[in-house]
Amino acid sequence: MTTIDKEATLQSNRSGTGTRATRILGIATIISMLWLVAFGLGFSPADRDQEEAVRLMYVHVPTIWIAYLTFVVTAVASGIYLFGRSKSLGWDRLAGASAEIGTVFVALTLVVGALWGRLTWGVFWQWDARLTTTALLFVTYVGYLAVRRLGGSHQQRARRSAVIGLLAVLLIPLVHWSVRLWRSLHQEATVLDSDGDIDMDGLMLFSLFVGVVAFTLFYIWLLLHRTRVMALEDLMEDRGLDQALSERRNEAASMNAAVPNSEEI
Amino acid sequence: MEDAGFIIGSYVLTFVTIAFMSWRVLRSGRRLADQVPDEDKYWL
Amino acid sequence: MSTWRIARLVAVKDLRIEAHSRVLINQVLPFAGVTMVIFAFALDADSVLERVAPGLVWLATMFSLLVLVQRSFAVETDDGALDAMRVAGLDPKAIYLGKAAALSVELLILEVVLLLTAVILYRQTIPLDGVVLLVLTLLTATCGLAAVGTLYGGLASGFKGRETLLPLLTLPAVAPVLIGATRAVESALGTAGAVVSDGWPWVGLLAVFAVAFGVGGSLAFGPLIDE
Repeated sequence: MTTIDKEATLQSNRSGTGTRATRILGIATIISMLWLVAFGLGFSPADRDQEEAVRLMYVHVPTIWIAYLTFVVTAVASGIYLFGRSKSLGWDRLAGASAEIGTVFVALTLVVGALWGRLTWGVFWQWDARLTTTALLFVTYVGYLAVRRLGGSHQQRARRSAVIGLLAVLLIPLVHWSVRLWRSLHQEATVLDSDGDIDMDGLMLFSLFVGVVAFTLFYIWLLLHRTRVMALEDLMEDRGLDQALSERRNEAASMNAAVPNSEEI
Repeated sequence: MEDAGFIIGSYVLTFVTIAFMSWRVLRSGRRLADQVPDEDKYWL
Repeated sequence: MSTWRIARLVAVKDLRIEAHSRVLINQVLPFAGVTMVIFAFALDADSVLERVAPGLVWLATMFSLLVLVQRSFAVETDDGALDAMRVAGLDPKAIYLGKAAALSVELLILEVVLLLTAVILYRQTIPLDGVVLLVLTLLTATCGLAAVGTLYGGLASGFKGRETLLPLLTLPAVAPVLIGATRAVESALGTAGAVVSDGWPWVGLLAVFAVAFGVGGSLAFGPLIDE
């Protein structure tokens, strides 16, 4: 919890969490997003089978790919925190921020995927291997984020989350394997094949590439800002704790001063 | 054509989500950074 | 004292507490039984119930697992017993293995009872050639469930507002077990034309899962409960 203390606004203080690097990244992100819209919705051709619906791919595929990237970053950062010597909380914040972004991206993937499915298969959802695994991936990281909110000291949070973050990496392949095996039993009609069999021509490939670049840039930009905000939040929390402790001490001291003969009673 | 609606809608949803995430983080950043002296900010 | 010795002591302690308090028999088994009954209210067709009976058995197991895990750790947190064990220097791996072992025993009893209930309520039959597959499925699935349950149970116990985290963490994690165990039991019972030989890959999956989470869990348990 952070409180706004107007009197604490400091002079000659840089506003926000931006730096030159994030400004450049931010501009690059906006430009590439515009390119994505231009190519995704405009220049790229319609697919032979899916027609215009294929345009959703340029948004849907990057979001899940970047999501996987975020979870890898979470796992690596978790590992570095847990097994490294410094136990620097920066790694924990990196893991947490990355997972937050990843979870939102997976949710987005599922929603856009459902819309895409509605257009191409006629249904919002089907229990194929990829969708099922993605849904479980989402829930798994919602759990990770819930663990981060359990409270306690920053180090406790970091250790717990790091363990859960690494366990998630253990879990995902197992889930993937079991779901793949499961769905291979159900050879549905190829109309519902989630791979879509999209014949990718050069322009489509390029549009997808633009999408991946745009979302990656956004991820890095957001990650930098979010980790800095988390660092500030942790600082404020520590400050709040220090303040509460010193207030308590002052209270105790003034009580003892007010009742000097308390021991004789 | 319901298709166009879904397609445009998905792009809109995606960009609104991105914009929202950006707005949230920038807003907290501004609010918190005002209360912490620059020397405590490791990125500066 | 060796890790195995401590683990055995912890397991025996947990099972003794269970034998004494009879929570499994008085509360959890009836709960599981009731679940099997209300499934019939929800899935109002004999043919459906017969077809999905193996799945229902494992669903009831999953829900009961949550109750059993909470019970397993409630006995620790009530008197700060877990902290006391740690402070005494007991290897957390041993505590984990011991509690998981005790949980496995309780789960096995539960699963057998549920299977028998399914035989009665959902008209299941157990063909002789499926028995080996069935037993192996029960063993491997149980180990996997106990491994996951004990691990997350340790995390979700103690402070207020934590217990509700257990289902959220556990259910996605045991999804492979639910998938594998149900398919394997279907093969063992011959549900919907499945044959016994279909079941062995699933047992393999369950075994890998049990080992992976057993090892991972025993390593992760210590850091998770050390606060």
